[in-house]
Amino acid sequence: MSMSAEAKLLHPGPTVKARMSRDDWVMRGYMIAIGIYLIVALALPLYAMLSKAFETSRFDLAQFQVQVSDEAGNFNAGPVRLDEINAGLGKLPPSDLETSADGRLDLTQFFPDFSFRSPVKYRLIPSGGDAVYLVGSERFTGPEAGEFDSNTFRKVVIRPVQDFGLANFRTYFSTPALFQSIQNSLLISVISTVITVTLAFGFAYALCRSCMPFKGAFRMIAMAPILVPSLLPGIALVYMFGNQGFMKELLLGESVYGPIGIVIGSVFFTFPHAMIIILIALSISDARLYEAATALRASKWRTFWTVTIPGARYGLISAAFVVFNLVITDFGLPKVIGGQYNMLAVDIYKQVIGQQNFQMGAVVSVVLLMPALIAYIVDRQVQKKQVALLSARSVVYQPKPSARFDWLCLGYCMLVALFILTILGVCQFAALVKFWPYDLSFSLKNYDFDRMDGGGWEAYRNSIEMALLTAFIGTTIIFTGAYMVEKSRGFESGRALFQFLAMLPMAIPGMVLGLAYIFFFNDPDNPLHFIYGTMAILVICTITHFYTVSHLTAITALKQIDGEFESVAASLKQPFWRLFGKVTVPVCLPAILDIAIYMFVNAMTTVSAVVFLYSTKTALASVAVLNMDDAGDIAPAAAMGMMIFYTNVAARLAHAGLSRYVLSRTQGWRLR
Amino acid sequence: MGNPAQGGGYLGIRNLYKAFGDFYALKDISLDINQGEFVCFLGPSGCGKTTLLRAIAGLDLQTSGTIRQDGNDISNLPPTERDFGIVFQSYALFPNLSVEKNIAFGLENIGMARDAISARVRELLDLIGLPEQAKKYPAQLSGGQQQRVALARAIAMSPGLLLLDEPLSALDAKVRVHLRHEVKELQRKLGVTTIMVTHDQEEALAMADRIVVMNHGMIEQIGEPTEVYREPENLFVADFIGEMNKLPGEAAGRDSCKLGGLTLNCREHGLAKGAKAIVALRPEDVIPHEMPARKPRAASGNSVPVTIGDMEFLGSFWRTTLTGGALGDVELTAQFSINAVRRLSLKAGKDILVELPADRLRAFPAGSGQ
Ligand SMILES: Nc1ncnc2c1ncn2[C@@H]1O[C@H](COP(=O)(O)OP(=O)(O)O)[C@@H](O)[C@H]1O
Ligand SMILES: [Mg+2]
Repeated sequence: MSMSAEAKLLHPGPTVKARMSRDDWVMRGYMIAIGIYLIVALALPLYAMLSKAFETSRFDLAQFQVQVSDEAGNFNAGPVRLDEINAGLGKLPPSDLETSADGRLDLTQFFPDFSFRSPVKYRLIPSGGDAVYLVGSERFTGPEAGEFDSNTFRKVVIRPVQDFGLANFRTYFSTPALFQSIQNSLLISVISTVITVTLAFGFAYALCRSCMPFKGAFRMIAMAPILVPSLLPGIALVYMFGNQGFMKELLLGESVYGPIGIVIGSVFFTFPHAMIIILIALSISDARLYEAATALRASKWRTFWTVTIPGARYGLISAAFVVFNLVITDFGLPKVIGGQYNMLAVDIYKQVIGQQNFQMGAVVSVVLLMPALIAYIVDRQVQKKQVALLSARSVVYQPKPSARFDWLCLGYCMLVALFILTILGVCQFAALVKFWPYDLSFSLKNYDFDRMDGGGWEAYRNSIEMALLTAFIGTTIIFTGAYMVEKSRGFESGRALFQFLAMLPMAIPGMVLGLAYIFFFNDPDNPLHFIYGTMAILVICTITHFYTVSHLTAITALKQIDGEFESVAASLKQPFWRLFGKVTVPVCLPAILDIAIYMFVNAMTTVSAVVFLYSTKTALASVAVLNMDDAGDIAPAAAMGMMIFYTNVAARLAHAGLSRYVLSRTQGWRLR
Repeated sequence: MGNPAQGGGYLGIRNLYKAFGDFYALKDISLDINQGEFVCFLGPSGCGKTTLLRAIAGLDLQTSGTIRQDGNDISNLPPTERDFGIVFQSYALFPNLSVEKNIAFGLENIGMARDAISARVRELLDLIGLPEQAKKYPAQLSGGQQQRVALARAIAMSPGLLLLDEPLSALDAKVRVHLRHEVKELQRKLGVTTIMVTHDQEEALAMADRIVVMNHGMIEQIGEPTEVYREPENLFVADFIGEMNKLPGEAAGRDSCKLGGLTLNCREHGLAKGAKAIVALRPEDVIPHEMPARKPRAASGNSVPVTIGDMEFLGSFWRTTLTGGALGDVELTAQFSINAVRRLSLKAGKDILVELPADRLRAFPAGSGQ
């Protein structure tokens, strides 16, 4: 008897339906509220953007008939459809009838004899309610016919009909200047990924497997690039290799503006991400394998290829896809150092800000979404496998001193550290001198932000306000949301949907999210339109942008506490929030602080999403760096970039101090 | 106030089923538990004991079936609206709260005065024998102490029903045996109706007023410890609890069976004549006798001449295997008291006569008891 056949025979009684307790209602309600937040702040804007990308506009000539009078004003001839006139004249091919959402088509071109002085009159007969024409700026819809003298007829234009299709993508792919960016973006991302992962692997290997000194310091330096906006290395590269760069000769005549600059800068800002992933992968691999390899007298080289690399493979793959994703979606760096070399993320910016072509911006966004989505999905799968490895019991590897190898590692790490410190140092130095490279005397004039475009010190204060709000509100929403989804009873489908929504933001590039926000929140029909241009939309956008990693941190912390606490509290008739406040939050406090600092640092450095959303009153420091650089104020841009760096360093120090304090306060019960 | 129409008892479970997708973890469970009783759910790992306990607590609702507690239908109530205290295998003590705060967790915020709370906590700490540990954190206590704190927390609000899910199995053997008595003692003192889940038959036999033996999501037998031990209703129970000789044979008469070349009187078994059967006998039920001077060639009644195999001394008794012409291929495990061994000078290789008492010898259908 098969299981399912048996199942049908079983449980004769009616299925028991759970009666929900007040806690269940509250938790479910709260989860739904955060779910709605994610839908409004993520799903709906994305939908608005996608529909914009696939929305097409076309002049439908068959919608209109025109009747032309004789010179006396009598309409003797019958009405003729415009498409027939067009076909007869062989005037506009179908491709010319495709247009944008605000396209207008002048009608006089279909009448070769037209003269605005002529006494001839024209009667325009639209076929139905979706046929729209303008006279000057006045809008008319069918089927109301209009009669015009020749002079007025000059001002009559017809409006396109809306449809859904791939026409925008056809335009995109028939514009070489646009689709060339796909190749550029992929190429740059792949090259940067290979270089970063290789360098980061060497660094992580040295940290994990050697006995070199100063490991802590190296680790800290390697993590520093996380604390600056991705465009800061671009500014440093301008000083180092630009037209007046002091190391210009090293490039042998190649220009730093373009692929070379983007790759070097990308290696800088993605290095910590790759390094930390690989470091974790290396430190969890099992020491027993190495002992076995030594016992088998395998050479170091062989051990490396047969034990180390396979053991760290998930880390390497994951790091590769994370770096690829960071590079291909980054906007700030190629904007600063890319020169004429077009990348997808910059194209979105150029289309939207430069050309005000929002629709093409949406199309490029969809194109950018594809590789980002694929990289994200692969990374998720690989991460899952790595987690499975993590839970298996393994013995931690203890490196043994070996003078030659340790010196080699030390030398290598010093080179990498030098690279990172040089980039930061150059920015700081340039910010503090009068006029690089001509007048190297000390000056604070580059900090006089209020005299530059970009928002001034106000922008810096806004950034801090935004980062604090994001850290505080974001941590609260994300941690409580994770708690509800992890610890509530029943409601499986709702929880699955919530998990999906929480995982989605990581797949969405910042530029795409920002543009989606324009489409959604800048729509005057949207009741939430009022938050457009406020601090609120920046905070919402940033929380959403960085939701996933924080959510995963919270879920991991929550999974580590005993799953029966809620059951115990229920048996003691205690509401869940009492348990949450007295036990869950104190136990998870380190993770909560981690989420807060992650949110803060990212809010300080992010450019891509907010560049579309700030207003004159809510300019941000990171965007000011971009705008000052754009305006040629490179030294002030570097100065502001370093302000962000120091702010983040201070925040990290505060975080470290707070974490240590929390741990010391709670050491009593954490001791095992 | 059990409703007689519902079968009486403090807790009444009727036709309970629990499905996980296509898989049924509980099948048609019906059970009554009396006020003040200590009941053990006993069965191999994965048989559904925890699932049943969680259904009673309302933590994971059953798919169908009803549960009544103290006369009320609680079948679909959330756990907060049921009346129970619970101790988990992990204890689930709140790590950041001191022992006294853990115990007081359910007492605070129900309008109890602060002195009353601390008095109650002190009383409970005395009850579990840990009056000195009030300020310590769970991580600073031994496993056995943590277990007792969890117990104190569970009974702090004097629940009508105490649920224990393998409360002792995380402890080492010695502490476990010691705590068995303490828990049982406490339960008797409080008179609280208690259900304990365990897969350890010794624990169940030592502690329970009644044992519910479960297998594959079904109840195999309900009875007092001596009852399930002495009178197992089926081969599974016979085999799972205590040690049992399971010998392949066949049914003979209404109350006799064939084993090797022997026909033995046994308990009524209800099997058709000639049906394949498993003949079951506990090793300690084999009674040794001096071989009579005139050695009987064949068995008479339930007395069988056998040869003693290797003898193994297990402290309070001896264990050995018996073989002999009359038994055919069958090997019988037997336990002899130290007394008997001395009195009859039993040793390996000696021929003796053993009696297989008819009222201890049972025949079950072959192929049952998995
Ligand atoms: N949440 C669940 N989903 C699917 N199967 C489950 C779940 N919980 C328990 N089971 C299955 O139900 C059966 C009974 O489990 P359980 O009651 O925990 O057994 P035990 O008797 O050891 O306490 C097991 O086969 C287990 O695999
Ligand atoms: Mg269990």
